[in-house]
Amino acid sequence: MLPDLATASPTSIRGRLLAHLPPVATLGPLLALFLAGAFFTSQTDRFLSGSNFSLILQQVMVVGVVAIGQTLVILTAGIDLSCGMLMAIGSIVTTKLAVDSEMNPYLAILCGLLVSTAFGFLNGALITRVKLPAFIVTLGTLNIAFAITQIYSKSQTVSGLPEALEFFGRTFRVGQTAVTYGTVLMLIMYLVAWFVLRDTAPGRHVYALGNNAEATRLMGIDTARMLLVVYTLAGFVYGIAALLLVARTGVGDPQAGQTDNLDSITAVVLGGTSLFGGRGNILGTLLGALIVGVFRNGLTLMGVASVYQILITGILVILAVTTDQLSRRKG
Amino acid sequence: MTDPRQTPVLEARGLVKRYGHVTALDGADFQLLAGEILLDGKPVRFHNPLDARRQGIETVYQDLAVAPAMSIAENLFLGREPKRTGLLGWLGALDKKRMLAEAMRHMQSLKIGIRSMKQAVETLSGGQRQGVAVARSAAFARHVVIMDEPTAALGVKEGNMVLELIRRVRDRGLPVILISHNMPHVFEIADRIHIARLGKRAAVVNPKHISMSDTVAVMTGAKRPEELPAQALA
Repeated sequence: MLPDLATASPTSIRGRLLAHLPPVATLGPLLALFLAGAFFTSQTDRFLSGSNFSLILQQVMVVGVVAIGQTLVILTAGIDLSCGMLMAIGSIVTTKLAVDSEMNPYLAILCGLLVSTAFGFLNGALITRVKLPAFIVTLGTLNIAFAITQIYSKSQTVSGLPEALEFFGRTFRVGQTAVTYGTVLMLIMYLVAWFVLRDTAPGRHVYALGNNAEATRLMGIDTARMLLVVYTLAGFVYGIAALLLVARTGVGDPQAGQTDNLDSITAVVLGGTSLFGGRGNILGTLLGALIVGVFRNGLTLMGVASVYQILITGILVILAVTTDQLSRRKG
Repeated sequence: MTDPRQTPVLEARGLVKRYGHVTALDGADFQLLAGEILLDGKPVRFHNPLDARRQGIETVYQDLAVAPAMSIAENLFLGREPKRTGLLGWLGALDKKRMLAEAMRHMQSLKIGIRSMKQAVETLSGGQRQGVAVARSAAFARHVVIMDEPTAALGVKEGNMVLELIRRVRDRGLPVILISHNMPHVFEIADRIHIARLGKRAAVVNPKHISMSDTVAVMTGAKRPEELPAQALA
């Protein structure tokens, strides 16, 4: 009676395959990471060592955490250009209060987290209440946060931090590799984000919102409130990244965070999350962050100057977005 | 005893809805007292789509309101996901097994034979996607399903399939309000037709005793309802 609905196989062989195979997008980054690792191992014998892996992990932990916030935002089909500066302002607030104002370091940490989170809330409020595009809002808050960071710190590095602020930079040994507590925190955050996004209703609603915002609203989900929560939560996550940054560098640096905007987007995109929202996997972002870290590290070991590294990161991100775009067009 | 079929499930009277300077509804009645909506005879108020859904009213939309990259099961339960029991449930974990099994049951009860409920909705045809939306509304509606131009975005063949699904929902005893400009579709499945003109209900007619052209004539104002044969009016 209803031939098509009764047999109702997907419309194409490709569709049928897609339904049963894990998305290529999640295998790609793993392959890319192995290839990059193999390449650098062949180029320099210093790459494949426990001490070098510790270094990569330490370099990756800050951008790795920032990229968690960025992934949440991009999954809703948004973008956050302010992430690096929200982290920088958090780190300056914490270190200035703890060192110059001699505030209790834990209270100072709380204040830093609060400032980053408040900026995230501001992003979310402007996007959902005033209905401005995320791109422009976060470009604006990027500059506001940067300027306030410079004014408040008088562009001076804050040093002589209390011990409590250096906790996440301390290490313990796993075999030959020294692992920082910050790396552990990053991994825990990835696991929590992965569980929430994959297995809980709010997590699935983030995907649904990125897929079809109007349909999600019609299903009775308060999409404006969800977006506000996502941007605020992202701000909080950048605040945590600020703690890791301070712990790793041992100073409050007003010039920090300037490469983290693009680096976090690169990590998200390399990790197979679509810039159009609603598709992707947070663990892919971790792989993406590791790819960026491995490239930076390997190129440094090979003696490639840092401008060329920036050049290569730029090319990487465009390649990744192109792949994403082309695969959508075919579908 | 009153015939339950004579007691309106949903009654709306004196509804007004404007979009800018366009008045879509101008004091419309719908079997449905001034600006009141009655559900099973009791007045209800809806502030958003969720309120209506909580009252057991489901809607199917013209533009296939589904999340393409998500699975059929996830689309069916979007916004109403069942949680697991135990610690994982306390942490908010969804009962995906139950979602898959129940999705399968809902789809099969409408004879939509899709093998895997894990399949992403974007791998389905337009008709099948609307099938998912119809199955979703049929699964959760307790009082009435409103279908707003459910076949408008579809081709002829796929539109007919969805029409067949609507008939199956109706045959289960669930009242369906079909909003449509497509007269052949309306005449094919409607038991009663409310003809709307200039934001008001012009007439309620019986499709068995009226022609399509007379229906269109009342809708466009070419004919006044009083000019219709008495038996045409429901």
